Amino acid sequence: MKTDAQGAETGWPDRVFDTLRAAEVTQASYVPDAGHARLIQRFVEDPAATANVLTTEEEGVAIACGAWAGGMRSVLLMQSSGVGNCINMLSLPVLSRTPFLTLVTMRGEHAEFNPWQMPMSQAVQPSLEAIGLTVRRADDPETLIETVAQAAHMAFSADQQIAVLIGQRMIGAKKW
Amino acid sequence: MVSAIDRRDAVANLLEKRGDALVVTGLGSPTYDVHAAGDHEGNYYLWGAMGGAALVGLGLAQAQPDRPVWVVTGDGEQLMAMGALATIGVAAPRNLSVIVLDNQHFGETGMQGSHTGAGVSLAGVAAACGWSETREIDDQAEIDALASELTDRAKGPRLYVVKVKAENLPRSMPSRDAVHIKNRFRAHLGFEPN
Repeated sequence: MKTDAQGAETGWPDRVFDTLRAAEVTQASYVPDAGHARLIQRFVEDPAATANVLTTEEEGVAIACGAWAGGMRSVLLMQSSGVGNCINMLSLPVLSRTPFLTLVTMRGEHAEFNPWQMPMSQAVQPSLEAIGLTVRRADDPETLIETVAQAAHMAFSADQQIAVLIGQRMIGAKKW
Repeated sequence: MVSAIDRRDAVANLLEKRGDALVVTGLGSPTYDVHAAGDHEGNYYLWGAMGGAALVGLGLAQAQPDRPVWVVTGDGEQLMAMGALATIGVAAPRNLSVIVLDNQHFGETGMQGSHTGAGVSLAGVAAACGWSETREIDDQAEIDALASELTDRAKGPRLYVVKVKAENLPRSMPSRDAVHIKNRFRAHLGFEPN
């Protein structure tokens, strides 16, 4: 079955939500992206979770570190264009060895209509790795669920800082 | 107007009444000011991550809703994160107070003038973002009243801009080992390291 922009037909955003909640993630911060729309909605509607809408993605890095200092597990949801906004703030989880997990929906790599998405898209993995994050990637729902589950485990049990990239092929190109 | 408030005295007066407050410090002088008042396991010192102090405070306040969380930072650090004032206004934690020590300069880098000395009001921005209490303080006599106010329950996030003298005081330096500070802070809250 084909996915639409929200993945509603295959339901992978709901499975990602269940995977994150099973990993005891109770806080999500986000700059909205169409590919994350359903997952954001689930966190916003969950009375046992806290959802923070951000003005810029780096805010979510600092929030996640504060949450962990206080005993709460957090996830940052963003689009690939937001990664560039985060780089210096990522020195905080990297240097303090604070568990950090972000899910990045990719633009600018598959059937992309908007060339303005391309430069940052191509810089996502090199720049994240340059500041010290571990980068994992998924291009199909089964791989994504497994990758999110292991990334959450590695982040919150092994003090790692991990980004999971969600391929644009899986999300679907934005319809114009 | 040039304020006569001494930043070290003001911070020491506030922290005397911290009770069970958790304290996050913004890089540069605010980190030194809080450390100079006496090291504490409930202090989370930042030496970098400029623009992150109030947001670390937000995450902490959401994780520890029954503990007061105080962020002590500077005007330059908070100016880098004006958007954070919107994010915190929307999140509306009732246990988060941000104290901006405003000397109207970037003190760590040569005392270049900052926006707050040129008419930008962080208290005004926070008020426009829906914070429940915001004001500027330029009289040392008001610091005691602020200390009492900080221990009260609030309706939402509060931001106080304390106008302080622009001066570079001797540095009082906490550990720069971020892992140590994090683990010590978490141990203070009863969490074991992984």
